Parts: sequence; C-alpha cells; structure tokens
Amino acid sequence: MSKRIDVKDLNVYYGDFLAVEDVSINIEAKSVTAFIGPSGCGKSTFLRTLNRMHEVIPGARVEGEVLLDGDNLYGPGVDPVTVRSQIGMVFQRPNPFPTMSIRDNVLAGVKLNNKKISKGEADVLVERSLKGANLWNEVKDRLDKPGSGLSGGQQQRLCIARAIAVEPQVILMDEPCSALDPISTLAIEDLINELKDQYTVVIVTHNMQQAARVSDKTAFFNIAGTGKPGKLIEYGDTHTIFSNPVQKATEDYVSGRFG
Amino acid sequence: MTATSLTSTQGAGRTGDKVFSGATLAAGCLILAVLFGVALFLVVQAIPALTAPADKIQGGQGFFAYIWPIVVGTLIAAVIALVIATPIAIGVALFISHFAPRGLASGLGYVVDLLAAIPSVVYGAWGAAFLAREISPAYGWLAGNMGWLPIFEGPASATGKTILTAGIVLAVMVLPIITSLSREIFLQAPKLHEEAALALGATRWEMIKMAVLPFARPGIISAVMLGLGRALGETMAVALVLSSGALTASLIQSGNQTIAAEIALNFPEASGIKVSTLIAAGLVLFVITLAVNMIARWVITRHKEFSGAN
Repeated sequence: MSKRIDVKDLNVYYGDFLAVEDVSINIEAKSVTAFIGPSGCGKSTFLRTLNRMHEVIPGARVEGEVLLDGDNLYGPGVDPVTVRSQIGMVFQRPNPFPTMSIRDNVLAGVKLNNKKISKGEADVLVERSLKGANLWNEVKDRLDKPGSGLSGGQQQRLCIARAIAVEPQVILMDEPCSALDPISTLAIEDLINELKDQYTVVIVTHNMQQAARVSDKTAFFNIAGTGKPGKLIEYGDTHTIFSNPVQKATEDYVSGRFG
Repeated sequence: MTATSLTSTQGAGRTGDKVFSGATLAAGCLILAVLFGVALFLVVQAIPALTAPADKIQGGQGFFAYIWPIVVGTLIAAVIALVIATPIAIGVALFISHFAPRGLASGLGYVVDLLAAIPSVVYGAWGAAFLAREISPAYGWLAGNMGWLPIFEGPASATGKTILTAGIVLAVMVLPIITSLSREIFLQAPKLHEEAALALGATRWEMIKMAVLPFARPGIISAVMLGLGRALGETMAVALVLSSGALTASLIQSGNQTIAAEIALNFPEASGIKVSTLIAAGLVLFVITLAVNMIARWVITRHKEFSGAN
C-alpha cells in the first residue's frame, strides 16, 4: 500500500517564471523523506507538483516526469483527481471542513465519487483512521461535534486521519507543524514515524531538528537569489546530510551559517 | 509634570472622536426612528379599516376576506420568482466565481450587475408587451398536457398576462441581487478548505459541494431573502404584467393579485375607508416581509456551531 516516486528533470513554471529548475529525485517507498531549505526556494512548490496540487494556482505548469511506481503523473489522459486520491496531502494550517462533524471529516474523501459505504463499514473506517492518526481516544465521545472545535494539533491529526482514510499510496505534508505548539508537534512527529510502516511520507519543514528526527532521507533545496529558480542542491541519507554533507551550501545551511 | 502630561487632553483629536461617534449614533437612531415612524403610521391609518363593519370594506365581507386572496397572490408570485431565480442565480454565481476564465468572469459579473440597474417599469413594459405574448403558446401546451395539475388547469390565458408571467418577470428582476451576493460569498470561500477537498481527490464540483456551498449557505439564504423582499414588494412590473382578478389556483389563467400592485392600482382614486383598507394591506405586507427576514435569521443562526465562524 505504498509506492515509490521517481522525479526526472522536473521544471516548474508560474507563467513564464521558472520557479524550480531541473529536479531529479528518487523517493523510496515506506520511508520518510524531508525537504529542507530557506523560504522561497521552491520546496513547497515542488511538493505540490507531486500530486498536481500546483494546478490550483493559475498559470502553474511543469515540464518533466513524475513517476509513481513507473506511472507518469503527467502522462496523457491522467486525471489529476485520480492522482490526488492516490497521493494525499496535509497542509500547513489545519483545515478540517468546518461545516462537518469529526466523523464526516474523516469520511469526506471516502464519500467522494459517489462511493457507497454502509454505516458499519464507515464506523470501522472512522475508528481505524482516527486510531491511525493517534486521535481516537481524544475524540471518540464526540464524533458528531464539529471538527473546528478541536485544538490546532488535534485538527491537524484529524486532517491526517482524513488523508489516510482514503488509503493513499503516498502522503505529502507541507510544513504540517508550523502552526502548532511543541507538544502537538511531538505528537505529529510520533505519528509520522508510525505512518512510514505503511505509507511513503514526504514532508516539507523549516525545522531542521524536525527533519533530523523524523526523516530517513533529506533533500536540501536552495535558491541563488531573488527571481532565480530554486534547485535541489543535495539529497542523501538524513544522517549524512546533517553530519557530513558534500556541498558547502548544505553544510552552511544545516549548521546555521547560512546567508 | 508627568501627572499633567497624562491628564492633559489633545483638544482636536478628542473633538473629532466625539463628532464621529455622535454622527454614527445619530445615523443609527435615525434608522430606528424611521422604521418606527413607518410602522406607527401604518398601524394608526389601518385601524379604521380593521375595526370597520364588514360591509363597508371592499367586497362587503370584511378586511380579512379582502386581504387573504391578495396575500396568497403575493406569495405565489414571489415563490415562482424564487423557484426560477435561485438555481439560475447560484449557477451563474458559481460559474463566475469558480469556472469561468478570469476575463469572461469579470465581464459576465458586470452584465449581471447591469440587470439590476434596469428600472422596474421597463421590466413591466417588457413583460406585458413582449414576454406575455411570446409565452402564451407555452401556456396553451401546459394546459393541454399538464392540465391535470391544478396549477396548470386550462383554459390558458390567450394574452399570457398571468401570475406565472409576472413571476417570471420578477425572477429576472431578483436574479442580479441573488447572483451578485452569492458570487461575493463564493469568492470568500476559504482557499484552505477548497485545497483540502481537492487534495482528497475531489472533482471541481465535489470540491464546491464540500467546501464552497456549506460555507456559503448562510450567505445564499440571506441573498435569497433579499430577493424575496424585492419580489414581495415589487409593484410596477406586476401591475403592468398581471391581468388581475380573483384568487385562482391555476397559474396560467388570468387572475390573482399582489398586495403591492393592488395598492398601486387603487390608491390614486381611493378615499375614506378605502384608503385605510389599502394602508392596512400595506401593513400586512410589512409584517410578511418582517416575518420572512426573522425566519431567515433564525435559519442562519440555527447552524452557527457548524459554520465557519469558530
């Protein structure tokens, strides 16, 4: 239930502006891969191209290939809707649907495409997904209350439960802890560690300790200057990137001597 | 020294504050005073009609017998208008906010707003002179094929000047109100939730059902209620389009009347108890509109817990 991602020579454009240049990267199945780098270096933009969410932004387009176990996401006839149901996403700010109960939030993705699901199956799925997101014990008595009544960290775990309820191959996380306090952050990090037993996880983070704690491999992105495209500078085992990087820029960044 | 600097006042700034707060207070009070004045006028002037013996009122059977057919007529016309206008307005608003390319969207939005700028007498003239004539064959067909439904019972009006035609004209008139308000609400739907839906593998329509419409629901209700307010009170268009008469169930025969048109058509030649009767009719319309607005507010607040507010 998890697939690898291979990116070949990917360029991302906003209109005529080249935002990310020539990225090739191989992301292993059932592992956690972290993207780090300074603000504006294109790591979030690149993450979004992995499930075609960048297409929400008018004028955004890509050149190159993203292969999910060999299938090109950008091949002819590929529906972005199908892509996104296989590659889930968790966003920077927790975004449970405010008009839905906790239970309906978890089931939101499953009920799409007019899929029918019996109440019994739904109950099982809700419990399994919320347990998978380490949230079950906190919300099991108030599944019919609105999701927006939860704390920020709980909301983010609800969003993760919602993402894993559709049983995706890959979960993308775009700075999932940047709006959370340290305790909630710890809860999410523990969860990421558990998720990699079943899923391929890709996480963008500004927090280098977080990358060091949760990821197996780390990719460092950088930008030469304002208006220049972001590039993948170095990619390797997290341990290597943080202790013995090849590139000077990587070493400067991870040791805090950047800029 | 320090004490005086804390207590001393900067004259100019303070005065500005006082003038501004006084002006806003006065404006707020003025609205209440006007509303109260109108209500008081309506009640005082209506009392003679409400207390008059039954045979003095038009029709000879008392005020209630006089008013209820035109209350029902008013509601029928307004309901027809909303049933037609609401889905179209929401569709147009969604198209402008979420489907149309940017250039087309702003142009289309402008055209819809332009519809609101057309005076109601023009709509009335168009409805009476053009729409009624063009639509009467359709009424004939409805009477022939759907005549078993009481609302389409024949014989259809040959002139087409029916309550259904009036309702259609009203629908065109309330369309821009509902459209432009809904469009504004749809544009405010949080990107955050739209992206959440898309990332789960929602199609665009599913995203709208999940993230946009639930968020916009209170706004749509308000927009529809504003449209309803206009449809209930619209006078000129109905007076011109409708060939009025007694209350009938069939929408495609001439007949029925609305309160506003009844007042407009009869007021100029009315005197004595007749004036009082018409003002009482106005009071009834006022109460209906007030009730509609209160129900709308109640509907909106009932689901507050699940709205985007918290």
